[in-house]
Amino acid sequence: MKIKKISENIWEIEKEEKMNVPGIIFASEKLMEQIKKEERTLQQIKNVASLPGIIKKSIAMSDAHMGYGFPIGGVAAFDLKKGIISPGGVGYDINCGVRLLTTNIKKSDFLAKRDQVLKELYKNIPSGVGEESEFKLTDKQIDEVLLKGSSWALENGYAEKEDVEKTEDSGCILGADPKKVSQKAKARGRKQLGTLGAGNHFLEVQEIDTIHDEKIAKIFGLNKNYLTIMIHTGSRGLGHQTASDYIQKMEKEYGFAHLPDRELAYAPIESKLGKDYRAAMSAAANFAFTNRQIITHQIRRSFKKFFPKSKIDVVYDIAHNIAKFEELKIDGKKQTLCIHRKGATRSFGPGRKEIPQIYRKIGCPILIPGSMGTYSFVLVGTKKAEEISFASTAHGAGRLHSRTYAKNNFKPEDLTKQLKDYNVAIKAGSIKSLLEEAPQAYKDVNEVVRVSHELGIGNLVAKLKPLAVVKG
Amino acid sequence: MKYKFLEHTADIKIQSFGKNINEVFENSVLAISEYISRGAKIKSIKEKSINITGENIESMYYQFLEEIIYLLDAEGFIASNAKITIKDNNIRGKILGDDSKNYKNLDHIKAATYAEMYIKKTPSGWQAQCVLDV
Repeated sequence: MKIKKISENIWEIEKEEKMNVPGIIFASEKLMEQIKKEERTLQQIKNVASLPGIIKKSIAMSDAHMGYGFPIGGVAAFDLKKGIISPGGVGYDINCGVRLLTTNIKKSDFLAKRDQVLKELYKNIPSGVGEESEFKLTDKQIDEVLLKGSSWALENGYAEKEDVEKTEDSGCILGADPKKVSQKAKARGRKQLGTLGAGNHFLEVQEIDTIHDEKIAKIFGLNKNYLTIMIHTGSRGLGHQTASDYIQKMEKEYGFAHLPDRELAYAPIESKLGKDYRAAMSAAANFAFTNRQIITHQIRRSFKKFFPKSKIDVVYDIAHNIAKFEELKIDGKKQTLCIHRKGATRSFGPGRKEIPQIYRKIGCPILIPGSMGTYSFVLVGTKKAEEISFASTAHGAGRLHSRTYAKNNFKPEDLTKQLKDYNVAIKAGSIKSLLEEAPQAYKDVNEVVRVSHELGIGNLVAKLKPLAVVKG
Repeated sequence: MKYKFLEHTADIKIQSFGKNINEVFENSVLAISEYISRGAKIKSIKEKSINITGENIESMYYQFLEEIIYLLDAEGFIASNAKITIKDNNIRGKILGDDSKNYKNLDHIKAATYAEMYIKKTPSGWQAQCVLDV
């Protein structure tokens, strides 16, 4: 495989063998070294490049690592007539995403009550395995959530109007069809609305540490030294089951002998199965938007107990595992494409109709969580991203070491001390699960964000420092 | 050896062994049970019957693994072991285990995957490998 550096932070895997387009990796020298260590990540970028109807390039972001089918950090756009849609290009956790909230609470006031607030959040927002939500849904209710997304939460008093407006797609992807989601998937989701789940999902109380762009930060509602709250979770078991269901349906319908990887099962976008998957994926995405909305409701409730005058607003809510129809210019001509983002965040520059009215003049907010105990970032979308990266940018730190490695090589006492030194309070299921998510197990998020900023596919707005974390 | 865990950057990779194919599938359940319970012993006081039909052996294995994940998410049932019989394209039998609420700090599995999956006969018996998304 031939890899060459085209320009600063841009690398190309030359088109060869079955590839229809070249592979492009956006990374610094340092991150490229880490990506190259995992041969399978590079092979996955090549595999995606061989899919029918792919446009221009198979992209991997600077936080890329090995996934199933597509790499994590993978972005690919497909022609609607000749192209395909693939569950392996979205991921098992459909609409895994990030929501950021701002508050009128100052850091110093929060620190005085931190332990109590953390305890309250941990109590009201179930995390980990088997923890049931207080929002158990009937068959009818679950179908409504899948169809309406955040609007369901608004109708039932769990959302404010502005929350819905400040969510990607207004928290409801049109074309979602609950009938295309299996009973099995619904059974898994029934007790999981308003829950975080386990693994790398979290809820974090942060302080706004640095403002990089005063003007834009102000429009996003970000003021230095005030608290923000970040939610990272997705569609839970409902989404996972939907992905599995359609991988199996697609390989049954179209076979798998021709695939470079069985996880790359796909269907033509225009086929019945392709349309069914899109309708089911959109429904699962709506479940995820509603999940993060219900968690927002619970956060408000928890803070009110200690800060009766607290006001908590949504900055934005983004999906980083999703496939969407979006219009971009290809060779100077406008074209609607099916853009798969698997561990990548949408980056739209000013003017796009998809951006909420209040942000439309400046571009869409981009939310990039760091690993536990490290900084998270807010960026703003750009026209440049629309030109070079199918309106996409990175999504997080990206894993560097395995969970087994983390458990065997990091010591609980070191991690506890490290988090104490950072002044981060944590509430988690067990120290074992914390160790797996130790900051050292992840790539350097500062470097990931720097690459996006330098390339101009996401401009830095603010840096957020964790103060308290809830993990499953 | 009934099973072992192998190194994987983001997720978990399991190899299972057995005298015959039934045992390989059953031993995969032991591995998953150990992972989810973080090493705690799960009691075998409840059972769920299964009946899975697949197009090929990998598809049957995938569905079998999915079933264990499904039972935890949807029915709050954590598996300890399984007794199954595979015949042609069908798996029948039961999964034994307990209510998940009787255990603390369980680990999570999102989904089964086809990544690096194989099921094969070896000179010393049968062997299978799977990667689970966690």
